[in-house]
Amino acid sequence: MPDTSKRRSKLSDSQAAVSPHEGLHNPGLLHHFATEEQQKDASNLGMWIFLATEVMFFGGLFCAYLIYRGWYFGDFAAASKSIDAALGGTNTAVLICSSLTVVLAIWAAQTSRRALLILMLVLTMLFGLAFLGIKGIEYRDKFVEHHVPGSSFNFEHEEVPGHPGQYANPRHAQIFFALYFVMTGLHALHMIVGLGIFSWLLYKAWKGAFTPRYHTPLEIGGLYWHFVDIVWIYLFPLLYLIDRHP
Amino acid sequence: MFDNFPLWPSRASTAAGNVDALFIFLLIVSGMMTLLIFSAVIYFAARYRHRKGVLAEQIEGSTPLELTWSIIPLGIFMVIFTWGAVVYFKSRTPPRDSTEVYVVAKQWMWKLEHAEGQREINELHVPVGRDVKLIMTSQDVIHSFFVPAFRMKQDVLPGRYTVAWFHATKAGTYHLFCTQYCGTQHSGMIGNVVVMEPAQYEAWMSGGSNGPLSATGERLFAELGCVTCHRSDTQGRGPNLQGVFGKPVLLADGRTITADENYIRESILDPGAKVVNGFKPVMPTFQGLISEEQLNALVAYVKSMSQPAGGAKTSTANAASGQPDGNQVQ
Amino acid sequence: MATATTVQPVERENYLNKEHGLGSWLLTTDHKRIALLYLISITFFFFIGGLFALLIRLELLTPAGDLVGADTYNKLFTMHGQVMVFFFLIPSIPAVLGNFLVPMMIGAKDLAFPRINLLSWYIYIIAGVMMLHCIATGGVDTGWTFYTPFSTAFSNSKVIEAGLAIFVAGFSSILTGLNFIVTIHRMRAPGMTWTRLPLFIWAHYATSIIQVLGTPVVAITLVLVVAERALHLGIFDPKLGGDPLLFQHLFWFYSHPAVYIMILPSMGVVTEVIACFSRKRIFGYSFVALSSIAIAVFGFLVWAHHMFVAGISVYAALVFSILSYAVAVPSAVKVFNWTATLFKGSIHYDAPMLYAFGFLGLFTMGGLTGLFLSSLGVDMHVHDTYFVIAHFHYIMVGGALMGYLGGLHFWWPKISGKLYPEGWARLAALIVFLGFNLTFFPQFILGYLGMPRRYYEYPPEFQVLNVLSTAGATVLGVGYLLPMIYFLWSMRYGKPAPDNPWQAAGLEWQTQSPPTTFNFEEEPVVTWEAYNYDEIDAGHKQEEVKVVG
Repeated sequence: MPDTSKRRSKLSDSQAAVSPHEGLHNPGLLHHFATEEQQKDASNLGMWIFLATEVMFFGGLFCAYLIYRGWYFGDFAAASKSIDAALGGTNTAVLICSSLTVVLAIWAAQTSRRALLILMLVLTMLFGLAFLGIKGIEYRDKFVEHHVPGSSFNFEHEEVPGHPGQYANPRHAQIFFALYFVMTGLHALHMIVGLGIFSWLLYKAWKGAFTPRYHTPLEIGGLYWHFVDIVWIYLFPLLYLIDRHP
Repeated sequence: MFDNFPLWPSRASTAAGNVDALFIFLLIVSGMMTLLIFSAVIYFAARYRHRKGVLAEQIEGSTPLELTWSIIPLGIFMVIFTWGAVVYFKSRTPPRDSTEVYVVAKQWMWKLEHAEGQREINELHVPVGRDVKLIMTSQDVIHSFFVPAFRMKQDVLPGRYTVAWFHATKAGTYHLFCTQYCGTQHSGMIGNVVVMEPAQYEAWMSGGSNGPLSATGERLFAELGCVTCHRSDTQGRGPNLQGVFGKPVLLADGRTITADENYIRESILDPGAKVVNGFKPVMPTFQGLISEEQLNALVAYVKSMSQPAGGAKTSTANAASGQPDGNQVQ
Repeated sequence: MATATTVQPVERENYLNKEHGLGSWLLTTDHKRIALLYLISITFFFFIGGLFALLIRLELLTPAGDLVGADTYNKLFTMHGQVMVFFFLIPSIPAVLGNFLVPMMIGAKDLAFPRINLLSWYIYIIAGVMMLHCIATGGVDTGWTFYTPFSTAFSNSKVIEAGLAIFVAGFSSILTGLNFIVTIHRMRAPGMTWTRLPLFIWAHYATSIIQVLGTPVVAITLVLVVAERALHLGIFDPKLGGDPLLFQHLFWFYSHPAVYIMILPSMGVVTEVIACFSRKRIFGYSFVALSSIAIAVFGFLVWAHHMFVAGISVYAALVFSILSYAVAVPSAVKVFNWTATLFKGSIHYDAPMLYAFGFLGLFTMGGLTGLFLSSLGVDMHVHDTYFVIAHFHYIMVGGALMGYLGGLHFWWPKISGKLYPEGWARLAALIVFLGFNLTFFPQFILGYLGMPRRYYEYPPEFQVLNVLSTAGATVLGVGYLLPMIYFLWSMRYGKPAPDNPWQAAGLEWQTQSPPTTFNFEEEPVVTWEAYNYDEIDAGHKQEEVKVVG
């Protein structure tokens, strides 16, 4: 329990009264917090808890995936073979690079390097857009190959890897693709939201809102971005690399 | 109790007595606990009603007391759990030589077919004193087969078999309810289980049927071409099914599973899922090509291939001899 | 038992009168105003859900299905469940009493994230509008449990709309939970250590953990149901290779902990009320606090006790049954601790305490019937019958709702600055208690007799018990209408409330009634233990004048 005896500033009542705080008055300090440290701690804890909810959100999908993969391994392997691991791998590299630029952006803010900060934020967003672009290409490929679940789904005569002569059950393969689209689709949605968040961060950075003393939005935005990256790092091998051999 | 205002369901199976005994024990435990809490609360509320000048006595707590009233209830709960588990285990383990009835549920009716071939809709005739095993599946949504008088309930799922059994002890007509919400006429999906004395049951049984279910299955086995690969004299392109049912099966991927009703069903509908070791995955799927009733007949036929020569077991033989079949390979 | 005070001649500035106009309410970030916004909205949905309940009970007066058609009846019980669970019970205490009191009880000016708090309410409203639209344009008939493949492939009703409405409502719940956790961790006033927190806070902390970790799972499950229904993906449909039981596991993984979201806050209220009206510290403070956490943790481990006859393996059933008994222990411990608190207390019978007594009795009975359901042998017989319906209504209505009403009465003077009429309140408490028992006790018997759930026509021998139940429901309805009426009445005509009419412990009582916008003029510094009733009572003369409104 931190020593709270210092936090004895008079918190004013309703009128926007000017009760001078001890130390510098920061316009970024919201009225219901006693100190900047409290505000920063609260924001951080809030984002971590939010990420915990996101883990549970994706978790239901991972759970369904693991169960069906266990039951229909051969069919899942056949379906996995039909999605492009090179594109998926590229996307993995793209996201990892984007997480690096996020970290560099925060460092730039911590060291008052405004130009670098803005550059890093822009690069992060470009990486994010690249990711979405590649994803779009993949989705289009699946559409063209009739691998999108629904009435036009077709997965006949696809061999199960390692079992020549044995064909995958299309119904089970359809479950793979259903999970593929829902999981990567949900992930892509989170990326889009991330791009929105970073646009706002970019705008704020441009206006000079971030200083070594105050750059909490960058940190918690960064946490979110890293999380989305980590989800992809799990998705990639699970979806793209089932039973693949060099 | 009262005819128009019963307060306790009739007891018509061996399980009913077990369940009721446990329930009554729970009633007694709960009753005592309720009485204890209610009287304590009422007594304290009255005895310690606020009085002028009398202050409350601040009592922090008492760890020994906390432990006591955690451990004792836990102990009682473990007794209840164990008793309940035993009753449940018994109810979910059908005896080896039960008479079998296949049940197909659909919105909004129960279709039943005895192994001997009699078909019923929304009614099930069974004799007193016989173990009856229900092998159930649904054509559409999840239903649930519930006979309150037997204290027996089992959800009926599409896409697989679930099993329930009972041993009726009292002749009479008892409610059969669907008790898993299944759509518009869920409350209309009801019927009767008619428990008859053995002699009356025999009379009812001889009142015509299409022949034993397994014979229907044998016919289908030939008509659908199963017999070309699953030869009974030698190994064909498919495994010989003689004596397969109920035994362990080694699969191509190394697993060993037991050939039960669900395995037979799956092998017909999704042959690639569990290919037998040493065989190629060439069997075509019959998904969408046969009805649930036909599936049941085929399963019954495969089962009959695991019985001593003489084909399908008939309940008539059993009833006459009064003995369970000796060499049953269930 | 309140001490008489002089009526304030001039109304002081408080959070209610500080600003006027719709905009000041709809754009507020004051946790107290948001609590009132929630109060109005959930009361509205309570009426909707209650109306459906009334229609259900009217239909069940006769064995034949003669009041409404089968499809309509199926929609009625579905939407009764959905509205009551997602739009009334889950928000109720946290969003109304929690929002109002959590900051005040810990000595803070507001929650950690006031704007997210307002967003939370707007998300709830959007979800509510979606739900109302669904109801108005045909409704949904899958049961609140949405079992597949009926919901994904067979129902001809508005499954997608209802699923999406509940999906959206879930985010309201998640954000409220998130806000509470951060607030309780980071915004406590100096000296307010964890072991000095009111147990109401502990209860809300445990509840928030469940909200935050459990709700996302039902959210993704509903996404899958909607996707399956719209796109025929095959995840839950056996015809397409899927497994309907997977849905049940995913659904109940949230929906069982959800029932603890509904009961834990109510337990928190009851703890505060019993302490105050016994003038005593709660017996076994740390055990009660830890029980809340234990319930939250264990509550996540028992979901498949809803599936004992669903087709799971015998061994799975054994595991979930034994765990279900484990989760019963902390609840029992709480009941014993509350009862022990009464021992050598100085007990007052004001309306909040009557609701607390009612809670003790009804929650005990409901909880004990949970032992029946956790027992595999008995559950085989009573699963999916009226026994289950009676069990959960004893907990949800006899427990959670009683706690909510008790809390509303207890903190009404603080929230509104007015006193409710005590005589009417006691009468209402009694009517609710009697009406409740008459409604739901017969259902235990009906359940054991074998009357299935969700039946709108039934065999004639069940009629007498159904008639008793419906009679009770009408009494219960009257019991609920009374507080609505007199609370509203009190806002205009009630006696002004003193700042601390009950002489209760707790930081919230050291503020004005009603409080100012930022609650405290000075940040409090806490140097006393929770429930310091000995200090409070020792410092007062014993002339007590009852203030009856």
